[in-house]
Amino acid sequence: MNYLLLFTMILASLFLVFAGMFIAGHISPRSFNKQKGEAYECGIPTQGATWVHFRAGYYLFSILFLMFDIETVFLFPWATIVQELGIKALMGILFFLFILVLGLAYAWRKKALEWK
Amino acid sequence: MYNFEIITSAIDHFLHSVMPAQLAVITECVLIAVCTLVAYVAFAIVMIFMERKVCAAFQCRLGPTRVGFWGLLQVFADVFKMLIKEIISINNSDSLLYRLAPYLVVLSSILTFSCLPFDKGLQVLDFNVGVFFLMAASSFGVLGILLAGWSSNNKFSMIGAMRSGAQMISYELSIGLCMLTMVVLSGTMQISEIVEQQVDGWFIFKGHLPAVVAFIIYLIAGNAETNRAPFDLPEAESELTAGYHTEYSGMHFGFFYVAEFMNLFIVAGIASTLFLGGWTPLYIKGFDSFNAIMDYIPGIVWFLGKTFFLIWVLMWFRWTFPRLRVDHVPTLEWKYMVPIGLVNLLIMTICVVMNWIF
Repeated sequence: MNYLLLFTMILASLFLVFAGMFIAGHISPRSFNKQKGEAYECGIPTQGATWVHFRAGYYLFSILFLMFDIETVFLFPWATIVQELGIKALMGILFFLFILVLGLAYAWRKKALEWK
Repeated sequence: MYNFEIITSAIDHFLHSVMPAQLAVITECVLIAVCTLVAYVAFAIVMIFMERKVCAAFQCRLGPTRVGFWGLLQVFADVFKMLIKEIISINNSDSLLYRLAPYLVVLSSILTFSCLPFDKGLQVLDFNVGVFFLMAASSFGVLGILLAGWSSNNKFSMIGAMRSGAQMISYELSIGLCMLTMVVLSGTMQISEIVEQQVDGWFIFKGHLPAVVAFIIYLIAGNAETNRAPFDLPEAESELTAGYHTEYSGMHFGFFYVAEFMNLFIVAGIASTLFLGGWTPLYIKGFDSFNAIMDYIPGIVWFLGKTFFLIWVLMWFRWTFPRLRVDHVPTLEWKYMVPIGLVNLLIMTICVVMNWIF
């Protein structure tokens, strides 16, 4: 039943946007103008292409994010059984977090966390 | 204690008695979908009205007063105006991705919205991995924002989307760590069970120090996640026009706007579920008459009261703090909040293992 509801909610949200766009598309006015389709960059004609290589700073943060996000995936199952495992859970996770923090410290040391 | 399961199971029995089983299931699904969508849009309208009135109050203004009594109909007029605005499609945009982006943003916010426990039994999606599902669904939204900025063929949109993406994925870590801290305390990921456990004391009281720290970090990270001031660099008007939705007009823009407001509601709702006890009333041990009076207030009032209080706090943030400098945003997250979050997780684990919780 839960997965059926999940499917229902996905369909419902798609329907909401589709219905909104459909209604708006049918009752809104339409006019044509040669300049209308141009990108709005403060009114002056656009210079150069938009889809260019972007700076590497963002890329570094996404790599770091991947590292920590995978860590969260591993930690969630552990978090549910901490109370049963007791002191063993603490020891196990200390080692895991130590390796993880080592990675963060390395990135910090290499100045990957600076915004240049 | 009120229980909405009585109503839902009554509807379930009624539908099964008048029609075949499969048709009844389909009818239930349609009913649930319609109710959730109506609630979603209704809360969005309430939120937009509240935002305008609260920000007016903070600036000693009156806010909307003309349309309807006390300006109550202003938002409806705005929605209607948005519906009848022309939808402009621009040259050289990546048309498919341009149209797909609002679907993804709204999809993520509706999926997270349907996880919120409004009252006992009044929750659409209740997985046994609920908290994990929440994180998965909410991280979906950044995809829509990146697509919107990329496909618009506009440099402002592109820069806004990139900033927004970097900011949202960074602060998601802190949100994840805070949720993890509360899962360590509760020992379950199912949202309804997390709320049930707080009947005899909200987690922010039970978990004392680590829970309070997690709550504060969650509020800051949640504020950043919704791209609101002081973290509104992705849509800083003075430098980027409107950020990733610069090229969207009419209803297209409307969906981004609604999703953004609902994300604020969802952040506040999750905070009140994980830390402030969701629909559970406030009990004080030893004051039986006080507890009995608190029982008379329905759970949905408790939930909405806590949620709107947190929304009000976040709006207060918005009008109090100036916008962060662009290099301070990653610094705050990676050099302060992630290390504090990790240490806080360890402290919470020690507290749980040593049984130092109330």
